[in-house]
Amino acid sequence: MELNGSQILIEELKAAGIEMAFGIPGGAIMPFYDELMKSDFPHILTRHEQGAAHMADGYARVSGKVAIVVTTSGPGATNLITGLANAQMDSVPLIAITGQVATNMIGTDAFQEADMYGCSIPVTKFNWLIKDVNEIQHVTREAIRVATTGRPGPVLIDFPKDIQITKTEYTPRESAESPLPAIREYPELDTEGIDKLLEAIERAKRPVIIGGAGIIKSGASTELVKFAKAAGIPVINTLLGLGGFPGTDDLFLGMPGMHGTAYANFALCECDLLINLGARFDDRVTGKVSSFCPNATIAHVDIDDAEIDKRVHTHIPILGNVRDVLIALNERLTPRDYDEWRQTWTDWKENYPLQYDWDGSIKPQYVIDQIQEITEGNGIYVTGVGQHQMWAAQFIRFNEPKTWVTSGGLGTMGFGLPAAIGAKFARPEKDVWLIDGDGSFAMTLVELATAATYNVPVKVAILNNAYLGMVRQWQELFFEKRYSHSHYPENPDFAAIAEGYGVKGINVTDVNEVRNSLETAAEHDGPVVLNFLVNKEENVWPMVPAGAGNDEMQLAPPSREAKS
Amino acid sequence: MRQVYSILVNNHAGVLSHVAGLFTRRGYNIESIAAGPTEDATITRIVIVAFGEENELDQIAKQLRKLYDVREVEQISYNQAVTRELVLATIKAPISQRSEVIQLANAFGAQVINMTDDTVTLEASGNDHKVRTLLKAFEGYGISQMARTGMISLPYDGMPEDWEPIA
Repeated sequence: MELNGSQILIEELKAAGIEMAFGIPGGAIMPFYDELMKSDFPHILTRHEQGAAHMADGYARVSGKVAIVVTTSGPGATNLITGLANAQMDSVPLIAITGQVATNMIGTDAFQEADMYGCSIPVTKFNWLIKDVNEIQHVTREAIRVATTGRPGPVLIDFPKDIQITKTEYTPRESAESPLPAIREYPELDTEGIDKLLEAIERAKRPVIIGGAGIIKSGASTELVKFAKAAGIPVINTLLGLGGFPGTDDLFLGMPGMHGTAYANFALCECDLLINLGARFDDRVTGKVSSFCPNATIAHVDIDDAEIDKRVHTHIPILGNVRDVLIALNERLTPRDYDEWRQTWTDWKENYPLQYDWDGSIKPQYVIDQIQEITEGNGIYVTGVGQHQMWAAQFIRFNEPKTWVTSGGLGTMGFGLPAAIGAKFARPEKDVWLIDGDGSFAMTLVELATAATYNVPVKVAILNNAYLGMVRQWQELFFEKRYSHSHYPENPDFAAIAEGYGVKGINVTDVNEVRNSLETAAEHDGPVVLNFLVNKEENVWPMVPAGAGNDEMQLAPPSREAKS
Repeated sequence: MRQVYSILVNNHAGVLSHVAGLFTRRGYNIESIAAGPTEDATITRIVIVAFGEENELDQIAKQLRKLYDVREVEQISYNQAVTRELVLATIKAPISQRSEVIQLANAFGAQVINMTDDTVTLEASGNDHKVRTLLKAFEGYGISQMARTGMISLPYDGMPEDWEPIA
């Protein structure tokens, strides 16, 4: 049958089971939008292209499914860059389709022309500029495959306007042949590496597991629980690995690194075997590399060969899918326990718990605790970036994977609201809570309009301290309290703003109102913004100063440490 | 350390941007880069000479292998492959020194491709060592212009795997 370029792209997306689009139309993408409407392809109209990208990102993180992001050329497309970079850093699959000026206009500085192919190279896993309508079928299939296989990531298809309407003969998916040879398959199971790891487990006296995003992405949670319990080895989850191991389990040691728990960092410093399952040894986790796990044999399982030995020298490298490796380990592991070591880390957990002072003001940690309580850990929790994000990571005890949506690698402020909306579209049966900061929230709050238009009942808790709180914390600790441009004394009335968008908004100033307001929000049939005016000078503890080793962690403010 | 990478890539528009962009983005240092067709029209060979710490050199190869259009990356040590570079150089050679310059060129097997009253332009090719020696030899006369292709390379085929040539 004869179809135009837009129709072919849509046919290929549908054939691959892709059923969600976020975006905004404009001149160079109008023919494609026309076909989207004619084909009844589900599409959410956002208010900013960055929001569309974060929505697709949140959607993918909780569902494992891919959505497309559609924009026009030029500014519409360049607005995606932050969203793509964010997805690239955290290995989240999404497919961006950007309109481009007609092929005969490319390179002439045409109206709304930007070199999206060039712009997106460093922020995508791969990208394409379609120059011939006959390439579309192949490119779309490859784009989907690249985005979703191996270590996932975002891809971009730049789609010139003339090709969107050019017609050609189209043969549906099954009979189409790929003109390129199949690209690298999954690595075979590294049985030699697995042998070495099992031997190391036999020899170890103080082993620790660190589980990263690879646990979530490969669906290895159940296998991880089985493995850790049989081996009696405690588990640390990185920021993006949270939810990969039950937060309430005795074996759980929380998050490592800069704002990790004291006991996780103690365990890293003292362990003699570190089993890294799908984490990439980010600098926020390792601190100063030379003092990271100084006495440990390091095993690293990763799907991406380039992550092995990138920052931390590995003694037992295992290239592979984390779930496959864990299944193989579970088949051969002899159950064991490390009594003495268990006693040590159990004592640490008791003696150095996460804590905060109580002074009558609204403590941000308390709000998070209360959200945890009313949702019983069964919600989906989304954050922006900053202090609130670290408190949420510390205090929420996740019951299951894919219920935690946060911007890790890129640390994208403004990620929260659109990501929460995307998450709710993917899992409408779940309560979706956005824990955000006032700085972060203000960056993309325009998407409240999207939440209102589509009646997406996300619950937003702004922990409003009228500061860029993490910047303020660093200025207090490392810049002698010179608060250079980190203060928003004239913050807007976020509840009133929400109401303006047609979203229920409540300002909460009294600590006794916290629980009530959360319950009101939970019961309300629609989106809600709760603006909590929290203690302005609360800091995140523990903290490993930037560039320091995890052994130089400060547990609490100097004043409190002096007292105890 | 210096390292030669022989990279086979799909002959697609944009592939050089992806490869070069990787080096910029990750802060790797390129000494030379040469790209051209191979015996298979769908494949291009890019030869890059880079320098860095040993760990970094392996990391470069791993990152290159992740690129969609990259089919094969070989890290070549100098003594396990033939490497060649083409040099065009204009040497300052007034008539009084012309024969001396030409004699020196002959010693290196270089061709004279142009001559004026006070210059001689030479074409020479060779491995890293020969090119360096040659340029050093002409330095004293003064090199007024120079163009180099960068290194290209092919592995020595047909040798046993454990073969280690004497450098």
